[in-house]
Amino acid sequence: MKNKESYTEIPLTSSTKPVISIKGLFKSFGKTNTVLKGINLTLKQGENLVMLGKSGSGKSIIIKCIVRLIESDEGEITVFNENITSANNSLLNAIRLRMGFLFQNSALYDSMSVRENLAFPLKRHNKNLTENDIETAIIQELESVGLSEAIDKMPSELSGGMRKRIGLARTLILKPEIILYDEPTTGLDTITSLEISELIVAIQKKNKTSSIIITHDMACAKLTGDRLVIIKDGIIYAEGTYEELENSKDEWVNSFFK
Amino acid sequence: MILKNNIDSLSVTLKTIFNDTGNATLFMGRFFKEIFMPPFEIKEFKRQCFLIGYKSLPLVAITGFIMGLVLTLQTRPTLAGFGAESRLPGMVALSLIREIAPVITALICAGKIASGIGAELGSMKVTEQIDAMEVSAINPYKYLVVTRILATTLMVPLLVVFADTIGILGGYVGINIHSDVTLFRYFSQVLESLDFIDIIPPAIKTFFFGFFIGAIGSYKGYTAANGTESVGKAANTAVVAASLSIFIIDMIAVQLTDLFF
Repeated sequence: MKNKESYTEIPLTSSTKPVISIKGLFKSFGKTNTVLKGINLTLKQGENLVMLGKSGSGKSIIIKCIVRLIESDEGEITVFNENITSANNSLLNAIRLRMGFLFQNSALYDSMSVRENLAFPLKRHNKNLTENDIETAIIQELESVGLSEAIDKMPSELSGGMRKRIGLARTLILKPEIILYDEPTTGLDTITSLEISELIVAIQKKNKTSSIIITHDMACAKLTGDRLVIIKDGIIYAEGTYEELENSKDEWVNSFFK
Repeated sequence: MILKNNIDSLSVTLKTIFNDTGNATLFMGRFFKEIFMPPFEIKEFKRQCFLIGYKSLPLVAITGFIMGLVLTLQTRPTLAGFGAESRLPGMVALSLIREIAPVITALICAGKIASGIGAELGSMKVTEQIDAMEVSAINPYKYLVVTRILATTLMVPLLVVFADTIGILGGYVGINIHSDVTLFRYFSQVLESLDFIDIIPPAIKTFFFGFFIGAIGSYKGYTAANGTESVGKAANTAVVAASLSIFIIDMIAVQLTDLFF
């Protein structure tokens, strides 16, 4: 485990080349509220990185800066070796297409059915696909999240767990290489949370995706995380595997595992 | 001390108004850039035309009919006092086409459409649906805003024409409560009293009404802050700002009509 004093980036081998690299990321809201104070972080290919931290510590801000939903004040974010902070719209969209984002509340389009929710991004980015191809892709992704029977339902007819799964299917349909999960198990019961966590691991294994998972759910962190980082006071306070952090002598780090 | 507080409060309010106006202008300016750039969201545009135009027909029809009927009933005694009752069809038609139908229909659309767009986009904003489009490399402005502004710009004038027609029919019913005039004779008098100047300038201003109804509704919704409270606020301020803009456009349009026609 490394705490803030001893933090250095883990040396990378050729098999663990970073797909995301963040250097010195700063973000403030207003003149006094500085949320991120120099975040340094890498996400390696094929890795599931879990991000922990108290509410308001800036975890979601980091992943929103990665897809540039929020502009950072300072620092460099490199995704697939492209500097996303200075990318023009065309490059930004090309990079975004290789990333998926699962929002905390799933962000399904209310006015569209499940089928239309999945077809919407697919039709826009794959003009050559026939209606049959699109239908096949939709069914395939819904089956992969175990919800093929919900194809004609509206988002308002779905439970919280089902919405998360459909949100995940919509994310997966564009075959992303990186997936950013914003609290994927928040608001779900224990069993559904476990199912979602297992689904995240299954996706990583099947699609060879790299992921950043923000969570407060330690069971999810344990199951999904190859590596964990803890954010405190706007910096990476600690990082390591689940076991390393669980056995940490730092009282604050340890409080997450109690 | 009190004076200083009042001045501070006034300066903050003015700063907010100028900021909001500046941001709204940039937001609307983006429409003219995005509208000519592919992809063109034809399917969503047609859907919005249906929702904004077709779905507003019953409300506009009822309002238009009542406008024509009430205007006729209220004006008739005055005209009868001057012995000019025969001028009633022309006067009703002129009042409706030049001023009453465009403004009242636009105000109804501001209430129904601008608030609807403000609430819908505001809700999409706070539930991160707009962000979801953006991270999927879909331009949410083009899909959500351009289609809505374009639909209101084209549908509001059509709704006004519809309100004009129904209003004139309402006038016919109003006249026939006290007199006996045939539909042919009534419409002959209406058409005789109308000129180019009575139709074209009011028609032009309705495109501006439609544009601002769509643009203000979209702006308020699209820029809603996080939190469910802001959805209601977006809908509410959209109606207020759109209604105010209708009166301002109308005032400018009347001045320009006087100047050029």
